Amino acid sequence: MLDLLDGLIEAFSLIIALDPDLIQIVFLSLRVSLTAIIVSTLLAVPLGTLLGLKPEKKTRLFNKIIFTFMGMPPVVGGLIIYLLLSRMGPFGVLGLLYSPSAMIIAQVFLATPIITGLTMVGIRAKGSAVEETARSLGAGSYLAAWTVVREARFAILGAVITGFGRVIAEVGAVMLVGGNIAGRTRVMTTAIVLETRKGNFELAIGLGVILLLLSFIINSVLYNIQKGGKSN
Amino acid sequence: MNRYKNLNPLLLVCLILILSTALVAGGCAEEPAPEPEEEAVEEEVEEVEEEPEEELIDDTITLATTTSTYDSGLLDFLNPIFAEQTGLEVEVISQGTGAALETGKRGDADVLLVHDRASELELVEEGYFVDRYDVMYNDFIFVGPEEDPAGVKDADKALEALNLIADSESTFVSRGDDSGTHRMEERLWEDAGIDPAGEDWYLSIGQGMGDTLTMANEELGYAMTDRGTYVAMRDNLELVIVLEGDPVLFNQYGVMAVNPDEHPHVKYDYALMYIEFLMSDEGQELINSYTVDDEVLFFPGYGLE
Repeated sequence: MLDLLDGLIEAFSLIIALDPDLIQIVFLSLRVSLTAIIVSTLLAVPLGTLLGLKPEKKTRLFNKIIFTFMGMPPVVGGLIIYLLLSRMGPFGVLGLLYSPSAMIIAQVFLATPIITGLTMVGIRAKGSAVEETARSLGAGSYLAAWTVVREARFAILGAVITGFGRVIAEVGAVMLVGGNIAGRTRVMTTAIVLETRKGNFELAIGLGVILLLLSFIINSVLYNIQKGGKSN
Repeated sequence: MNRYKNLNPLLLVCLILILSTALVAGGCAEEPAPEPEEEAVEEEVEEVEEEPEEELIDDTITLATTTSTYDSGLLDFLNPIFAEQTGLEVEVISQGTGAALETGKRGDADVLLVHDRASELELVEEGYFVDRYDVMYNDFIFVGPEEDPAGVKDADKALEALNLIADSESTFVSRGDDSGTHRMEERLWEDAGIDPAGEDWYLSIGQGMGDTLTMANEELGYAMTDRGTYVAMRDNLELVIVLEGDPVLFNQYGVMAVNPDEHPHVKYDYALMYIEFLMSDEGQELINSYTVDDEVLFFPGYGLE
């Protein structure tokens, strides 16, 4: 219990002191995960919409594959990206391993199936009814699809939040492909693992508290957007 | 014990016989008792007392140790032999030395096998640990890419090697995890008069020895490693040994028990058995006989003459 208390005190003293190493770690975490989520969203929302608008029968196999990837252990995803980017791997010449880019790629790989799957489910729930209505009002395919997306926007936002929650809290993949290099690829989760291993429990739990606070702020903002939408 | 009073003497003799047989141990074959009742009581007591010595102990002890002893396979070699002799299963937590010491200080382990002599002696002094012995040593080596851009192969002193690496700004991958290996590396940098922290070519990764070698291999960089981990991983690495044999690179391991006065729940007796096993002639010979790819990885006793 004392350790937890010390951790809370440590967390606040770290925040108040604006420790430059800490700020660097927090910003790198946000930069990597937000970039990954933007890329994932751009890939996954159109794909999920496309799948959601198709009859379930036609996409059955695809659905199963996506749902499988949604539950993939992050460290396995990380390992796949690691092997692809390794000097011995097919993309080794790019020299991306142990860089923030590699971490973004791994997180995109993890988040895209989640956002795709949840978007698809959301679109399907709004169903063909909306699409048919739009078409009957004279909308073309693209406009009809856009209408469905607009109708399902809260489900999609939920999908994006879920994806973000997954990648910001993820440690196995970023440790593997980022390498936890101080000042370069060390993010909050890998720093927590390191400090725990070193026996610096106060600092580790302090970092954990900061991670939770950040997550709380981001989720609050998104939640408010969502709620605001519903009351309209 | 009162219930024995109701037994008839013949039954009692049978009971003693059965008990003696069950005990396997020879110590029970004693003179026929003139007063069977009392004898039975003594037998009972004796049985309880002798069990820990005569029988295999069905229990576990927790060993906090460094990644190097575990990854090298040494413990997988030694612990089953210890288990065969005593029955005690050794549960191994493998961490950096810093974390292992912390685990021990918190009483989350019974016995420690670590390599940071100065810290160990300090913690014994402070009363966290007892019965510390210099159990074995191994050596550190510098590894790097075959091309050897810093020219470390021409050096024969560790400090010289570090200067060459720093001057040429060659990539150097550091454990950076407060492990015994990392602490030693830090001391060497300090002795060389270089502060590499924050330099572009110095990668502090806060991970284990295996991870560090993997990254050095990928990044065509240098690293300081214990010989054991390198030998065990050599097949998967393109790294070669660029420096070895400097006496400052000897690495002393200590074994010690968590102080039962600090943490009454620790299995101090069993910890002592483990320490005695490692320090016995047999244990020391076993350590010396362990090889990977025909290379002896750990040498018994004290290496820092």
